[in-house]
Amino acid sequence: MGREAVSASESSESNAELVRESGRGDVLSARGEWTLANVERLSEQVDSLTGPAMQLDASGISRLDASGALLLERLFCQTGQNPAESGLTGQWRTLFEAVDSACDDEHEPEPACEPQWRQVLERIGRTAVEVGTSTRELLNFMGITVHRLARTAAMPHRLRLTSTVYHMEQTGLDAVPLLILLSGLIGAVVAFLGATVLRDFGAELFVIDLVTFAFLREFGVLLTAILLAGRTASAFCAQIGMMKSREEIDAIRTLGLDEIEVLVLPRLIALLITLPLLAFIATLAGLTGGLIVSVLALDINLTLYLDRVEQTVTLKHYLVGVLKAPIFAVVIALIGCLEGLRVAGTAQSVGEHTTTAVVRSLTMVIVIDALAAVYFMEIGW
Amino acid sequence: MPGEHTTAPAAKQTPAKTPDSERDNETVIRIRGLLNRFGSNVVHRELDLDVRRGEILAVVGGSGSGKSVLMRSILGLLRPDGGSIQVFGQQLKDAEDAQRVMSRRAGVLFQDGALFSSLTVLENVEVPLKSHRPDLPAQLRRDLARSKIQLSGLSASTSSKMPSELSGGMRKRVALARALALEPELLFLDEPTAGLDPIGAADFDRLLRTLQRALGFTVFLITHDLDTLYAICDRVAVIADRKILAAAPLSEIEQLDHDWIRDYFHGPRARAARNQDTAPG
Repeated sequence: MGREAVSASESSESNAELVRESGRGDVLSARGEWTLANVERLSEQVDSLTGPAMQLDASGISRLDASGALLLERLFCQTGQNPAESGLTGQWRTLFEAVDSACDDEHEPEPACEPQWRQVLERIGRTAVEVGTSTRELLNFMGITVHRLARTAAMPHRLRLTSTVYHMEQTGLDAVPLLILLSGLIGAVVAFLGATVLRDFGAELFVIDLVTFAFLREFGVLLTAILLAGRTASAFCAQIGMMKSREEIDAIRTLGLDEIEVLVLPRLIALLITLPLLAFIATLAGLTGGLIVSVLALDINLTLYLDRVEQTVTLKHYLVGVLKAPIFAVVIALIGCLEGLRVAGTAQSVGEHTTTAVVRSLTMVIVIDALAAVYFMEIGW
Repeated sequence: MPGEHTTAPAAKQTPAKTPDSERDNETVIRIRGLLNRFGSNVVHRELDLDVRRGEILAVVGGSGSGKSVLMRSILGLLRPDGGSIQVFGQQLKDAEDAQRVMSRRAGVLFQDGALFSSLTVLENVEVPLKSHRPDLPAQLRRDLARSKIQLSGLSASTSSKMPSELSGGMRKRVALARALALEPELLFLDEPTAGLDPIGAADFDRLLRTLQRALGFTVFLITHDLDTLYAICDRVAVIADRKILAAAPLSEIEQLDHDWIRDYFHGPRARAARNQDTAPG
């Protein structure tokens, strides 16, 4: 111990060197500060050594650190000399021996790199298998949940009412302001868009039909589902994922409880109740957005707008929209919860699965919506 | 390296007041009147502490007594509300100043290693070299990093692994390798043996002691581990009642009359650790 208080100053740049002693035959002399500060230059000198094995004199080293010791070790490898005979002084000897003994099994071959095309193929294959497994997992999970739902329906006292209400507040009530803002703005945008196209035909009045149809059949529920896929699926996944990584899920099981019943059902039921309600609010907000634009910018008067809405709106149109709401609710809740349960330990995993939850629930929502649109058109609704 | 010449004058600046500091050479960290508070909660008040060159200083204290806050203040990760911190004889003006000095001359091992999860073990150890010595050729940088990994007691084949594939003890060793990458004069460790099994913890203690003897750096160590205290520490600083109660060799600390110290050093666990340490071998 008791390292000297010498530190590498600017001048030390020049005083570390490896020189061939003149007049002493094949003796190399290492001098100065063999430290990280000089390691680049010293390494060049070490690497440029050629010729037969030589003696190394390390007695001139005034300061050594682990980086310098690594270079010395290389030198000794080249010269095949016993480090004890190099004249390395006490304190630096200890340091060198520590580095030397640690670095014995060096020069391990680097793992061979697979060619690029194989890596690409491998990734494609992996992803395909992954999609297959995760779809099966989702179906499996859906089955389990339906089973627990049926059991809970038979024994209603087992339903976690407090938890359900809590999640209704979190996913429903708290989302209302944002949902109204979004739907209202989209309603306004649709109205403007309609007006731009329809004005050329002198059919500005049909803007009302456009907004009404769009929001009753599609946008009301779709906007809600998209918002909830981003807001709620991620929240479910992160909540359950954190519990998983802190072994709370295991604790639930060892306490004889069922994690599906305790965690998933309240969330699913909460979403099944709130999503249709939110969709209704979104529809109203969208119609209001359209109304504001029509009245203020398109000079359609208020009573006319309301009359027109009354004529266009039929129960059938509303049903086309709202029937999809429970399906979306199931998709969002299940994917969110399933991804949460698939979290493996680390915080990084929570992040990855949260992303997956949002992406997959969004994709599913839009795919289902497209399929539903085709279906309802075919049956003539 | 510019700035390092300030080290030498530090020895002269530090007056030898007590017999202790006469015996030892030079103060590396000098804290005077440190004040830290979060809102109305005062964590440190009038806290003084010296860390001397070449020693292993352990900071002990109850949970929430501000051990980590102290370390974070020195490292510049937290801005103290008052007092002065001198490192290598250089007054730290603000947090940025501290971070600049510390990133070059000190290594830090955080509690769970704090390895960058997106990088391999080797890349993790290369990070400080890349940021402070961008001029080094890639091959040499890799060799240096690999030698630090081996120095920390890991095999060369660990280099290509990701941190998530490693056990807790291995992660700490990689973190130690990363902390040593720039050949620091000062090493900070936050509970290095927490979460390790007794064998792994003892191995880590031994490794730290060996490296410290060989490389000659100064260690600032936060710990709860009595075995670590008895096995490797030169001096112990007890933090309680918002300040350093005492900083002295263990034998002196044990004699102090203070509730917390008595409970800590004279409980059953302390007795076991002491016996183990004094046992032959």
